[in-house]
Amino acid sequence: MANPVTSSILQLPKRPWFWAFVASGITFGATYALTEGSGSSELISAALTFATFSAIVGIGQMFVITMGPGNVDLSIPATMTLAGTLSLKFMDGSTALILPGLGIALFVGLAAGMFNYLLIRLLRIPPIIATLSASFLYQSLAIWWNRGLRIKPPEALADFTTGSLAGIPNLTIVGLLIAVASWFILQRSIFGRWLSAVGQNTRAARLSGIPVEAVKAATFIGSAVLASLTGYLLASFSGGAALNMGTEYLLISIAVVVIGGCSIAGGNSNVPGIWGGALLMFLVVSMLNSYGLGAGVRLILTGTIIIAIVAAASGRKGSA
Amino acid sequence: MIGKYRILLPVLSLAVLLAAVFYLQPRAMSYFGLNLLFNLAVPIALATIAQMMIIMVNDIDLSIGTFVSFVACVTATFVNETPLLGAAILLASIMVYAAMGALIHARQLPAIVVTLGMSFVWAGLAVLLLPSPGGASPGWIRTLMTVKPPFVPMAVVACVLIAGFTHILIMRSATGTLLRAVGGNTQAVVRAGWSVIKLKAGAYALAGFFGVLSGMCLVGLTTSADANIALRYTLLSIAGVILGGGEFVGGKVSPVGAVIGALTLSLAGSFLSFMRLSPDWQIGAQGAILILVLAVRLIFARNGSRWKEAKNG
Repeated sequence: MANPVTSSILQLPKRPWFWAFVASGITFGATYALTEGSGSSELISAALTFATFSAIVGIGQMFVITMGPGNVDLSIPATMTLAGTLSLKFMDGSTALILPGLGIALFVGLAAGMFNYLLIRLLRIPPIIATLSASFLYQSLAIWWNRGLRIKPPEALADFTTGSLAGIPNLTIVGLLIAVASWFILQRSIFGRWLSAVGQNTRAARLSGIPVEAVKAATFIGSAVLASLTGYLLASFSGGAALNMGTEYLLISIAVVVIGGCSIAGGNSNVPGIWGGALLMFLVVSMLNSYGLGAGVRLILTGTIIIAIVAAASGRKGSA
Repeated sequence: MIGKYRILLPVLSLAVLLAAVFYLQPRAMSYFGLNLLFNLAVPIALATIAQMMIIMVNDIDLSIGTFVSFVACVTATFVNETPLLGAAILLASIMVYAAMGALIHARQLPAIVVTLGMSFVWAGLAVLLLPSPGGASPGWIRTLMTVKPPFVPMAVVACVLIAGFTHILIMRSATGTLLRAVGGNTQAVVRAGWSVIKLKAGAYALAGFFGVLSGMCLVGLTTSADANIALRYTLLSIAGVILGGGEFVGGKVSPVGAVIGALTLSLAGSFLSFMRLSPDWQIGAQGAILILVLAVRLIFARNGSRWKEAKNG
């Protein structure tokens, strides 16, 4: 009985996502030591909440990146903003409209994902440039729709997004459920096998009868839907949609995928690493905050740390 | 889109857009009007060239916008007050670019992530230098950017010079051919005995150099700087390279096309304001124009391949 358990523990460091969690732990420890333990439960709860947003968009981005080089979704920030703006304007603070509002947000994601895919498919342009051009359109649509007005979310929704259950933030529960579902899709379903095959060798995948185009379409739609869900939750959490609310998630969504140990060349991804990377990204920023550093130094250190982690992580893969 | 026809589409789209602008606003068809239309295109063109250097070696630079902002901040502060120190800082930042290229190649890192990380670093440095908008343009840059050559406005002359210089550098010189070869077939370059790490560092250094020029020109035009002054250049420069007929992989780039692509994009902004389009839609319409040009490019490519098929029987 003990043998498989110990061997699976010994296997842990070989998991691609292991180091993201180790680094998160070290960062948390450093912050904990500095603040001498005061406010550590608040820190954990804040980390779990904010990491949720990064983790959900990161999972969407991960599916896209799994499809291989050149596949990146740059429209995530704009989709988040558009979904947040449209759904909050629709709900207009009315509790009865919470679910239809969610429906609208998800529909925005569905439409944006289909539009992205159609651009890629019909215009045969690289996903980077397709999602980039599309994101300009979404951004404009969001600006035009509510002209920067900040509409408060319905009370019940705001309470849900800021509340917690047994010490775990509600949002984190949502994020973990999505992660579990994504893990199942990626590792246990036929779709996940197809996706990895496409990422490893698209031509071989096509020749072996995998519906490559359908996989691509589903992946881009999935990424956009997850982004729109994040936009809906983030706007409700922060008391209203802002036009720049998605901006920082462009970097984060890509960074968590890489930090989490997924191959940027595609074909080899894992879900736990996304959560590890998301936690790390937040903890690094809050550690730098608690050292009382100014915005400039904080930005510089964040950038340096990301590059250092990526350089270290890829070296590990190289030696293995 | 093969060979020399690569340049045709960017030229056509610029011509169509220019004609549309002149039709809407005939007064733009003058020395002053042209200068106004293309003034801000000069730094964008330089940033696009910088991006092209990176795309040429199959990478992508998501930090160019923040880098240009950083350079603008350095120019408006150090270069203005203590020129020697300012020059040293700018030189060091070019070295950082070269080091970034070497690191990306040596550790086989994804450029997209490293440059995103660097964008944080540049943004941080820019915020440290100029926490609030300010600084002043050094007199000589201001003079250079507002000089009025006879007959043709400065902006047009500058763009022609940039296009000509980079065309010779990239398309005609031995170094340029080698650099494009890194994007085309890295293995072949290695087998031929070249040091790819040096070439990549060189390509990145060139990108840093043109980024520095872009930032300096920008300050010369705006006379002051702030930490967010050029953030949109990242996306504009990528779009400019693609509009100009460049491709993401294979070292297939066109310096002249890239400059024209940058001009087209900045003209698109003026065109939309002449259309009296609500400012809400300005960004969106740029996206739409980009999609439109790419669609036209597809038609070109299809006709091209059909023609080739017909020729080959």
